[in-house]
Amino acid sequence: MSLLHVAILSPLIFTIVVPIVYKFFRNVHTGWFILPLPVLLTSYFITFVSVTKDNRSIGETLSWIPSLGINFTVRVDGLGLLFALLITGIGSLVVLYSIYYLNKKTEQLNTFYIYLLLFMGAMLGVVLSDNLVVLYMFWELTSFSSFFLIGYWYKRDKSRFGAQKSMIITVLGGLCMLGGIILLYLMTGTFSISESMEFFYPNYVKDSYFIPALIFILLGAFTKSAQFPFHIWLPDAMEAPTPVSAYLHSATMVKAGIYLVARFTPFFGEHPLWFWLVSGIGLLTLFWGSFNAVRQTDLKGILAYSTISQLGMIMSLLGVGAAALKFSDTNDNYYLVATTAAIFHLINHSTFKGSLFMVVGIVDHETGTRDIRKLGGLMTFMPITFTLSIIGAFSMAGLPPFNGFLSKEMFFTGMIRIQDLHLYHLQTWGILFPSIAWIASVFTFIYSMVLVFKTFTGKYQPEKLDKKPHEAPIGMLISPIVLASLVIIIFFFPDLLSDSIIAPAISVILPNLLTETEAFQVHISAWHGFTVELFMTIGVLLLGTFLFLTREKWKHVYTIFPDRFFSTVYDETLKIAQNGSKRLTKLYMNGSIRSYLLYIFAFFIAILAATMVVKEGFKLELDNLAEIGIWEVILSIIIVIGSITALFVKSRMTSIILLGAVGYTVSLFYVLFRAPDLALTQLVIETVSVALFLLCFYHLPKKKNEERIRFKIPNLVISIGVGVIVTLIAISAHSTKLYDSIAHYYVENTYIEAAGKNMVNVILVDFRGFDTMFEITVLAIAAIGIFTMIKLRLSGREEH
Amino acid sequence: MILQVCTKVCLFIIILFSVHSFFAGHYEPGGGFIGGLMTSGALVLLLIAYDMKTLKNILPIDFKYLIAVGLLFAVGTAAASLFFNVPFLTHAFGDVQIPILGETALHTATLFDLGVYLVVIGVTMTIIQTIGEDE
Repeated sequence: MSLLHVAILSPLIFTIVVPIVYKFFRNVHTGWFILPLPVLLTSYFITFVSVTKDNRSIGETLSWIPSLGINFTVRVDGLGLLFALLITGIGSLVVLYSIYYLNKKTEQLNTFYIYLLLFMGAMLGVVLSDNLVVLYMFWELTSFSSFFLIGYWYKRDKSRFGAQKSMIITVLGGLCMLGGIILLYLMTGTFSISESMEFFYPNYVKDSYFIPALIFILLGAFTKSAQFPFHIWLPDAMEAPTPVSAYLHSATMVKAGIYLVARFTPFFGEHPLWFWLVSGIGLLTLFWGSFNAVRQTDLKGILAYSTISQLGMIMSLLGVGAAALKFSDTNDNYYLVATTAAIFHLINHSTFKGSLFMVVGIVDHETGTRDIRKLGGLMTFMPITFTLSIIGAFSMAGLPPFNGFLSKEMFFTGMIRIQDLHLYHLQTWGILFPSIAWIASVFTFIYSMVLVFKTFTGKYQPEKLDKKPHEAPIGMLISPIVLASLVIIIFFFPDLLSDSIIAPAISVILPNLLTETEAFQVHISAWHGFTVELFMTIGVLLLGTFLFLTREKWKHVYTIFPDRFFSTVYDETLKIAQNGSKRLTKLYMNGSIRSYLLYIFAFFIAILAATMVVKEGFKLELDNLAEIGIWEVILSIIIVIGSITALFVKSRMTSIILLGAVGYTVSLFYVLFRAPDLALTQLVIETVSVALFLLCFYHLPKKKNEERIRFKIPNLVISIGVGVIVTLIAISAHSTKLYDSIAHYYVENTYIEAAGKNMVNVILVDFRGFDTMFEITVLAIAAIGIFTMIKLRLSGREEH
Repeated sequence: MILQVCTKVCLFIIILFSVHSFFAGHYEPGGGFIGGLMTSGALVLLLIAYDMKTLKNILPIDFKYLIAVGLLFAVGTAAASLFFNVPFLTHAFGDVQIPILGETALHTATLFDLGVYLVVIGVTMTIIQTIGEDE
């Protein structure tokens, strides 16, 4: 176990400490004990920058199940490190924020921090695992811990509903991903990501597993990253405490799907389906998210849809970036810019969205509501929060001088260049990419403005607020201030990140383009002349401002399409599935033993008849039949008459006596076929059972009128079917004698080996005494069973 | 009255016959199962002719213990073969010199059959007694 393993597992291990410190240091906020861990981890992971800078990676293996090829292998490369830094860095800030956000007296802090640490460890495991099975394990752990975190206020209905919804959707995707992982394993024969990446695309594209694996992996990524139409869980997950939303639902967990897509780009990226699915779904999500964010009235609802939209943007950039793989080198490769933009925007989004969530949390905390219809005019009360929200929202809208401007420009660049790509019929459809991107950006601009100006400017409405608003405590402001300053710093010094973080990450996503000594040259600058992109941004600004100001007039556009359309579809699907299965179960599990017997017999007939037909099993051979004597005929007639009359008689007593007659005739048959032991036993047993039957029927309630067995056609059909099939099988079996009987062994050895002359008895007690031993055990159990049933019945009745 | 007198006579004949068919089991039709059933048939006759209490006075046995003893016999006989380093349920037989009876052919299978015999009596009587006592 190396230090790296310890680092990944340390949050999980640290959960043990949490309840202890929570119990023994009640006066200190538990968060203070947690805070050092993510800070330490951040500084630990920063040391890896020097390694990944040269496109090297560090791998460590810990044996887990080596015989199955499942080992806890971790690999730190550019992509993994970028995510690890985001997780630990934002994790530290979120823990700090939560210390001031959550009240140590009224909240169950121990569970909160346990879930948060579980999540942090799981997330680190996802991004740093090299083994697909281990990755899947951590992936599901993130689903679980986020389920717990969303349902943290478990006494609220909405929290539980949101937690369940996100659980169902993400686990559905997770299981699809597991299917994809298994298919990948079948193709490549290894669970290791880095090893399977060495098998280049052309080797596997012909494989019949390739397309299903691609779709399954993407399903996992899309559900986790809230892509259309799986985005519905994210708005409902906003019932979680705000630090959780800031951490999970903006910066880390929802980017696990992005990570997965980026990670598998070298493997699947050259396939057209990958390009269309990733970029198409991404663009659709981008548009749908930003379109719907505008109509939200809840601050966190806006942020949720905005997260969906931004994730769609990153996703579409990754899809477009995969087109770069079609070109063999890095020179003149226009499409590299899309991947660069994806990585860059990923970082930017984490910074501004994290700070915006924290800002919203502060507003919620200080005013008691998140509804923008109640808020307004808070600027004078909360100047710092206002400034922070301006920075975050303007960056989100893509305005200078904030980092969102840079990545938005690059996004436009990537989308415009797609038209020049002479691939995948893009000559005709390519124009859609920049147009959708531009429209979505306009909506992004509008909701960003709504977020700021509806909350902080306008009329102050004190009568609608529960508390008198005031500025948040400084501790709560530290984290958003740090993130907001990053937003500005990245704008002015973008190259701080480009060589150390972004370029190594790109080299992991697009490794095939590099020769050994090459490195990607990422150069981000704030100004590149009067280009199309700049005019597009100006257009967004103008149209966005116009639409924002005239918002009230075109609001009714939203009535065309219901707000929660896909959520309703989800709810209805669940309802239909539940009711349907309930109805289906009621249909055949009706509680009547008669119907179950019908199923059993019908199945019995069907399966045997089918086997008979398919295997052509029927056979009739008349050679080795014995002579039929007069006594056999007479006895058979008696038996047949007895059994048939038993069906039609009215009185129960008569049918019992008829059954007895049948039984005695059977014993006569034994006499006839020379089986004296059987005849004796049958005689006695028949007497006893007839006596027992009489006893039972004597005790039956008298009120029931005795009537004949009611006639039902299905019963007749089934019973005749069973009779016919058994007869046919008996005849066929008798006609097919494969081997001689072993009886002559017993005939020869009964006296020699076992000193007996009664062969039946010798077989019973000697040759096959084992059976007898357990048969008498069966008898004993039956007797004890009857004894207990009858004796304990009385006391049982008294209890009720 | 006639029934009771007849019972007194018949009981011993039936029991003797059942004992006979038990011991003859190895050579002629019969054996533990039939013997046991007949013995319990004799006891049932007693039960019908008199009543439950009379039977309990004559045979103060809890028949459930009889089941246990019978099973013990069967399993014990079977397990005893393990001590002689032969497989489970291997029977032994031979002529043994016994002080009073002289030279007698004995077979451990009879012990096994005795177990069967006792279990069958126990089972039948338990069932009949339980149902009979139930109100």
